Amino acid sequence: MTSTDRILADFIRAAPLLPGAGVAWLTRARQAGLERFAQTGFPTPRDEEWKYTSVASIEKRSFTPLPNGAHAAPPELNALAFPHFPGHCVVFVNGRYSPALSAVGLLPPGVALESVADTLERAPDALEPLFAADNRETVFGALNTAFMADGLYLYLPRATTIEEPIHLYFVVTNKNAAIHPRNVIVAEEGARATVVEHYAGTHGVAYLTNAVTRIFAGEQAAVDHYKLQQEALQAFHVAGIHATQDRGSRLWSHSISLGAEIARNDISTTFDAEGCEATLNGLYLARGRQHVDHHTRIDHAKPGGTSREYYRGLLDGASRGVFNGKVIVHPQAQRTDARQLNHNLLLSKDAEVDTKPQLEIYADDVKCTHGATVGQLDDAQLLYLRSRGVDEAVARSLLVYAFARDVIERIRVGALRSRLEEMLLARLPQGERVRALA
Amino acid sequence: MLEVRNLQVSVEGKAILRGIDLAVNAGEVHAIMGPNGSGKSTLAQVLAGRESFTVTGGGVRYLSRDLLAMAPEERAREGVFLAFQYPVEVPGVSNVYLLKAAINSLRKHRGLPELDAIEFLGLVREKMTLMDMADEMIYRSVNEGFSGGEKKRNEILQMAVLEPKLAILDETDSGLDIDALKVVARGINALRSAERAIILVTHYQRILNYVAPDFVHVLSQGRIVRSGPRELALELEQRGYGWLEEAAPTSPLGASAK
Ligand SMILES: Nc1ncnc2c1ncn2[C@@H]1O[C@H](COP(=O)(O)OP(=O)(O)OP(=O)(O)O)[C@@H](O)[C@H]1O
Ligand SMILES: [Mg+2]
Repeated sequence: MTSTDRILADFIRAAPLLPGAGVAWLTRARQAGLERFAQTGFPTPRDEEWKYTSVASIEKRSFTPLPNGAHAAPPELNALAFPHFPGHCVVFVNGRYSPALSAVGLLPPGVALESVADTLERAPDALEPLFAADNRETVFGALNTAFMADGLYLYLPRATTIEEPIHLYFVVTNKNAAIHPRNVIVAEEGARATVVEHYAGTHGVAYLTNAVTRIFAGEQAAVDHYKLQQEALQAFHVAGIHATQDRGSRLWSHSISLGAEIARNDISTTFDAEGCEATLNGLYLARGRQHVDHHTRIDHAKPGGTSREYYRGLLDGASRGVFNGKVIVHPQAQRTDARQLNHNLLLSKDAEVDTKPQLEIYADDVKCTHGATVGQLDDAQLLYLRSRGVDEAVARSLLVYAFARDVIERIRVGALRSRLEEMLLARLPQGERVRALA
Repeated sequence: MLEVRNLQVSVEGKAILRGIDLAVNAGEVHAIMGPNGSGKSTLAQVLAGRESFTVTGGGVRYLSRDLLAMAPEERAREGVFLAFQYPVEVPGVSNVYLLKAAINSLRKHRGLPELDAIEFLGLVREKMTLMDMADEMIYRSVNEGFSGGEKKRNEILQMAVLEPKLAILDETDSGLDIDALKVVARGINALRSAERAIILVTHYQRILNYVAPDFVHVLSQGRIVRSGPRELALELEQRGYGWLEEAAPTSPLGASAK
């Protein structure tokens, strides 16, 4: 049985059990997703977009979809000890919404903050346009459409602001599960919200998370989006985050990648009207044999857009990092201002990074710059710090910390920022000493 | 305090220092002068512990210990301080971070308790006043975006906070305006005492008007070719280095027994 046959069999088994099984447009969308997957199957390194990231181990591992989620025993959940951040909290266990673990506070009138599965059962039609196929979708995105069971549906009417961050916890406890979360965020004109997607799983358990998040930012809307990927180290994490921006809207996307054996992120935004702004901020930490891949894509489709990308990677052990930053300035997109930076620090001689900026510029009045570096800790900086009496180990950790902080400082959710600083310090030799300096 | 004996150093297989002899006692100020590329910074950095320079012969004793066997941080804790000719920018690490890390590692080494936040800031403020530096400078990343003169001043600030026993100042006077030169000289003179020694690497007689040296050495092609009293600096200013290069190396005056 090929992997494609297996997925088809999974689909036949799971489809009737998936949320919205009776909804005609959704059934068609799922079918179409499955067909798009079946046409190509899993990507291979011959695919330009997957050149450095092999998903053979995902393909081999027959991860099974859990259309109804799966019960998780409280001890398993406690072991995950997810932090309680201030704000609204929506928890998904093994892919399905858990009302008991969630806590959503008071919301402005007209806001929908609910489980996609619930919406599909109650009022599915609101979601139809939001599930339309998107040409940025990868093969994994197509699989997600076929199998997606739950996720966040956030709708913000015109000029609504949700001040408190909305934290989504996706926790997986089930061995060999394939979880396909689907999140949809719609911010109408002038609306604002902050959403944090936090992925984690039981230590030692292998599973697949294959998430898709779609963001629609209306005129002058502002969406601050975070993904904190802290999956179990045996797990596989694939995520597509695709935004579409209307006039004058602002998007911040932050991708923090810490866990998983293999993590692949496709993060994109399209400037569909004039004067949009996007900041893509990312930090990936890998060690052992971890592999982490970010493919970003910014489509400057209309004039006067500004995009900034700040990605940094810290690679230890025999880990591998991939960064591919595509910026497309379409012919109409005059007065585009795009800047992309990707810096990588190799902490061991076996770590590797492939970084590639990909600028396609079809307009003439544009300002586009990019810079990519791969290097080791700077000897001159090390000597300088040591010559002031700082221990070598502390000096190294201090430099690594400073390197990563550049990205962490752009995080605007205070609780998340401090937690990340703590996590980073905890990983660093002599992190205590570095903390004492702050 | 410091005894450099027949020190030979090469960089990437190229001999840079070709037998340096230098003795510096507590309470003394030594000026080292010499043409560009003669090896002054190499000497200074070898003393601070730069590892990419290979010592191929000779040795260095500092307070009766083998200096070259010590890690750079150990040297610093034992009181060696180098003000770099090109102070290194360390983005993301603030000056205040570095000063705190430095002072506390020194204190720990001496068995003293770490300074609390108030004591620390008090000390730093006092030294910043001495150096005529604006408060905000300490919250900026180490040397990042500092002007040439600000970097030099920052080196002396660090020195003033750390109070080394042996300070090696590599062209700290270069690129300073007249007022800054006075401030830097003030910082250096504040440190001068019978227990400390200072090595001033410089191209100009000017700084020596403020910090009077006990000895002047001329380094040329990796050797000390001439040592003399303070007046030698004036002579060099007038005559340049050419007349020395033919001259045979003399035994350094500073090599008096401890
Ligand atoms: N990393 C290196 N690789 C190769 N050569 C080097 C290296 N560092 C120093 N050198 C060489 O060593 C010699 C001495 O350099 P050094 O910096 O010690 O000179 P200096 O006396 O301090 O000069 P200046 O007055 O210009 O500061 C020079 O010829 C220099 O090019
Ligand atoms: Mg020099």
